Amino acid sequence: MNTVPLNPISAKLLKTVAGFEGEFKGAFNIRQDTGCAGRRSSENIKIIPHREGKPGIEIHVAAGTQDETVFIPATVTRGDVADLTYNDFYIGEGAKVKIVAGCGVHTDDDLEAKHNGVHRFFIAKGADVLYEEKHIGEGSGSGRRRIDPVSDIYLEEDARMTMDTVQLSGVDWTDRITTAALKARAKLIVRERLMTTGEEIAKTRFDVVLEGDDAGCDLVSRSVARGRSRQEFYSRIVGKARCHGHSACDAILGEEAIVTAAPQLDALNPDAMLIHEAAIGKIAGEQILKLRTLGLTEEEAEAKIVEGFLK
Amino acid sequence: MLELRNVNWTLPTGEVIIEDLSLVIPGGKLSVVTGPNGGGKTTLAKLIAGLVTPTSGRIYLDGEDITDLDITERARLGISFGFQTPVRFKGMTVQDLLETASGRALSFDEVCDLTGKVGLCTLDYIDRDVDTSLSGGEIKRVEIASVLARGTQVSLFDEPEAGIDMWSFNGLVEVFKNLKEQGKTMMIISHQQRLLEIADEIIVLSAGHLRDQGPTAEVMPGLLAGEIAGHCPVGRKESA
Repeated sequence: MNTVPLNPISAKLLKTVAGFEGEFKGAFNIRQDTGCAGRRSSENIKIIPHREGKPGIEIHVAAGTQDETVFIPATVTRGDVADLTYNDFYIGEGAKVKIVAGCGVHTDDDLEAKHNGVHRFFIAKGADVLYEEKHIGEGSGSGRRRIDPVSDIYLEEDARMTMDTVQLSGVDWTDRITTAALKARAKLIVRERLMTTGEEIAKTRFDVVLEGDDAGCDLVSRSVARGRSRQEFYSRIVGKARCHGHSACDAILGEEAIVTAAPQLDALNPDAMLIHEAAIGKIAGEQILKLRTLGLTEEEAEAKIVEGFLK
Repeated sequence: MLELRNVNWTLPTGEVIIEDLSLVIPGGKLSVVTGPNGGGKTTLAKLIAGLVTPTSGRIYLDGEDITDLDITERARLGISFGFQTPVRFKGMTVQDLLETASGRALSFDEVCDLTGKVGLCTLDYIDRDVDTSLSGGEIKRVEIASVLARGTQVSLFDEPEAGIDMWSFNGLVEVFKNLKEQGKTMMIISHQQRLLEIADEIIVLSAGHLRDQGPTAEVMPGLLAGEIAGHCPVGRKESA
């Protein structure tokens, strides 16, 4: 494995997206500008090159592993880099792990900095995965900062995955695609938070199939769209069994931003219970008034409401 | 002490809500404002807190003219306002709201002290979002706690009893009694006899006019008599 030295831009981005303080504890892989800036396996978590010869890695978590964390952040630190990586996660039966992903893209010139991470999660029976992902775009250049993550999730019986994803700021373009197939009693919980400003564009697509009895998913997307930014939210939940699916899209609009929310529910079984909620609008005036009666200015009240909303 | 001098407030449609209202809300006392629905009680509280601006007239806090101050400035001067219909926030927890109200981080014990006063068990509520998951009674108590968290000299409560069960209401009465003993100025809009009874002063508002004001012992018998006789206080002053 050829490794490249970690550069200072990467170190800063890693701190923001993955809490990097000079080292990671436990297993990790740092991807930087299509190269590898460090990798370590642990006794229970093995990280190896992708066996199909694709750029990327495989992460194998041993059955029964308890409360371990693996870090797999990626950075693009300059323009004219189009990074494509395939990361496959194999989580063994009954394992309970946290995956800290996260991606930062930085460009100081007029060329695009792009990261496209294709993740597949094979989660065995009874395993429990918490997946944390933060995205940020930085740099003084006019080049587009682009992150297009794809997540394909396969949850076996009684498995559980919680995805906690945040796009902080500065990402000019993102197109997120998440698909999932859930066997009996499996659970998928998604908490997505998104902030777009300026001319940024963010698209999110979920396609979840509840295949087994008592499978369930809860997809909650909260976003703030400001400036002239544009957001699109598409979700499709397919209930093929006695199952429970819920999706919610809440968006706060500011200035001239545009938000589209298009939910789709396909109940293919009479015992499927599927719900979608969507609410898009400006910050409620009465919320600002209430916080002003607590001594906040209008600007402070707005910031507080957005902070809570995206927390 | 709060004072309103010749305050008028008219809707853009021309409907008069408050007409030439002059009254003094004494400092360090508990004043309960009562009267028929639509009489201008909530508007009075909003005029004091700055949520609405008088069409004409002036409002004074301890002699200082606050008419031209906005909501934030009045809040910072020491006026708090508990809404009749509390506002809900997605993503803001009970602790967040109480810390925002008090202007600083609060320890678990401090949150416990505030929520306990309004009859909420802290462990069950500290991390709950102040959103639609709370019942009407629960969010009302959080609203009252947010006013208590500020600890300001002047507190306005708009129908604090609404949605509160009888057992918690007893505790709430004690909270208001304690604030009274601390020498805080309180104006509570209420129809609740228990709150009227602990008031130092009762103010009766009807159709945008001050119909009666005075010590509880003097005003209360008339109110009760009116209630028994089925009379509304409208016009009583004129006919007296």
